[in-house]
Amino acid sequence: MVSAYFDFVRIRFLTMLAYRVNYYSGIVIYAINIGAYYFMWRAIYGDAETLGGFTAAQMTTYIAVSWMARAFYFNNLDREISNEIRDGSVAVQMMRPISYLLVKMMQGFGEGIFRMLMLMVPGMIVAVLLFPVSLPTDPMRWVVFFVMLWFSFLINSQLNLLTGLFAFFVENNEGLMRMKRVLIDLLSGVLLPITFFPGWAKTLLEWLPFQAITYLPSSVFTGRLNGAEVWNALYVQIVWFLVLIVPILLMWRSARKRLFVQGG
Amino acid sequence: MTKILFSLSLFREYIANYIKTKLTYRADFWVEVASDLLFSAMNLIFIFVVFQHTPSLGDWSEAEVVFVYGYFMIPYGLFSTFSNLWNFSERYIVKGEMDRILTRPAGSLTQVMLENVDPPSLIGSLVGLGIMATAWWRLGLPVDWYDPFVLIVLALGSTLVYMGIYTAIAALSFYSDAPTGITPLIYNIQNYGRYPIQIYNKTIRFLLTWLLPFAFVGVYPASFFLEEHRDPLMAWLTPAVGLVVGAIGLGVWTHGVKRYRGAGS
Repeated sequence: MVSAYFDFVRIRFLTMLAYRVNYYSGIVIYAINIGAYYFMWRAIYGDAETLGGFTAAQMTTYIAVSWMARAFYFNNLDREISNEIRDGSVAVQMMRPISYLLVKMMQGFGEGIFRMLMLMVPGMIVAVLLFPVSLPTDPMRWVVFFVMLWFSFLINSQLNLLTGLFAFFVENNEGLMRMKRVLIDLLSGVLLPITFFPGWAKTLLEWLPFQAITYLPSSVFTGRLNGAEVWNALYVQIVWFLVLIVPILLMWRSARKRLFVQGG
Repeated sequence: MTKILFSLSLFREYIANYIKTKLTYRADFWVEVASDLLFSAMNLIFIFVVFQHTPSLGDWSEAEVVFVYGYFMIPYGLFSTFSNLWNFSERYIVKGEMDRILTRPAGSLTQVMLENVDPPSLIGSLVGLGIMATAWWRLGLPVDWYDPFVLIVLALGSTLVYMGIYTAIAALSFYSDAPTGITPLIYNIQNYGRYPIQIYNKTIRFLLTWLLPFAFVGVYPASFFLEEHRDPLMAWLTPAVGLVVGAIGLGVWTHGVKRYRGAGS
């Protein structure tokens, strides 16, 4: 049974591999993104030594690792789910003796592994060559970072599942999906670290799941968080992962009762 | 000429149709408007938060950067309304809808644009105009009689730049049968044309000016109105670049349509 799920990872990985040519251009484009933000942040720092608790050097690393982490955890599960709900094929999938939601997560993971190998790793190498990015020297930090990256993927995919499942209730959730994508980029810390926000907004963001997607792992990677703070960050991620399971299951249960296939 | 009138009358029909569809999904319409505005709000929040930590970006003040952003929203709204080609590859090439398009009397590009017309994006243009006006007032810029006319010409030029680039990218799916993942990636690059171009290094400046000329949908044309950063040459290049890029986009599209062999399904 477990092996059936692993096949979903493998199949998605192989499907993505068929389109690998696109990803060579992806590396260039991600390098441009990192470059543009690098220069923008250099202009923002000007003569300042530290802003929002980050030194200019840490900021460069933060930008590079955040964009590259995004390359890994990003997926379109919300769109896939809502398309399957709208065209009715979700009904067939529900009849299968496997969990639909787990299958989606596995497919997302297959895509994630592909993106990591084809986009994140080569992209990071390019970024290190082009910009003054400093990689952590402590092997333990690398291990923790990859564990945290795994949770970034889980939490981001969970939010995607939630957004996708909304299609059961609102019939057309295009706007909601767009809104979610925008919110995640701003509030997770890809565009700017959470510490840059004014006090009240910072407090609010610390109580939302978004920071667990980018800000926490990237802060650990850059050395902004140390010692007990690192474990605390990992702890926050684990708690969010567990908490988010609840609304997903609740939604899934009530969704199955009211599946209504449009024009199916 | 009659062809243009014919296309315009089709546009009117499709917009009417659009409104009818949207009345079915009324809540969704507002979520869509809100999400468009949220996207702009997010970029503005980025600017505001950053300027809490620094007095200037390059030597541009907060109000000036916001001004450029407001300008950007005008052509962006026009572009999103009339050439919403985001899902072109998926919807038309992969699913084979393109075969149907080719049997229609209107030109293939016109027909695709018609089917995807998205009026709520125009609200973004209006909001942009408002933001620009506010920044104008905050900066105490003089208002000349010709400013509105210049704005119209520049905004149309910028819109053409956008349309050209995205039409060319959408047309790439005629050449390769794989759904190209390029669009969302380019989407990020367009953001950088809205910040003072001087802060970037030569490579990125060159890229934003001549290769993917997104600087002509932001900082160059907007600088025409900003006395301190006025660069009339680059500003007036906007309509010219718009025409060239628009022509390239159309060329790539027409050539691509000729190559198109159907989805085979």
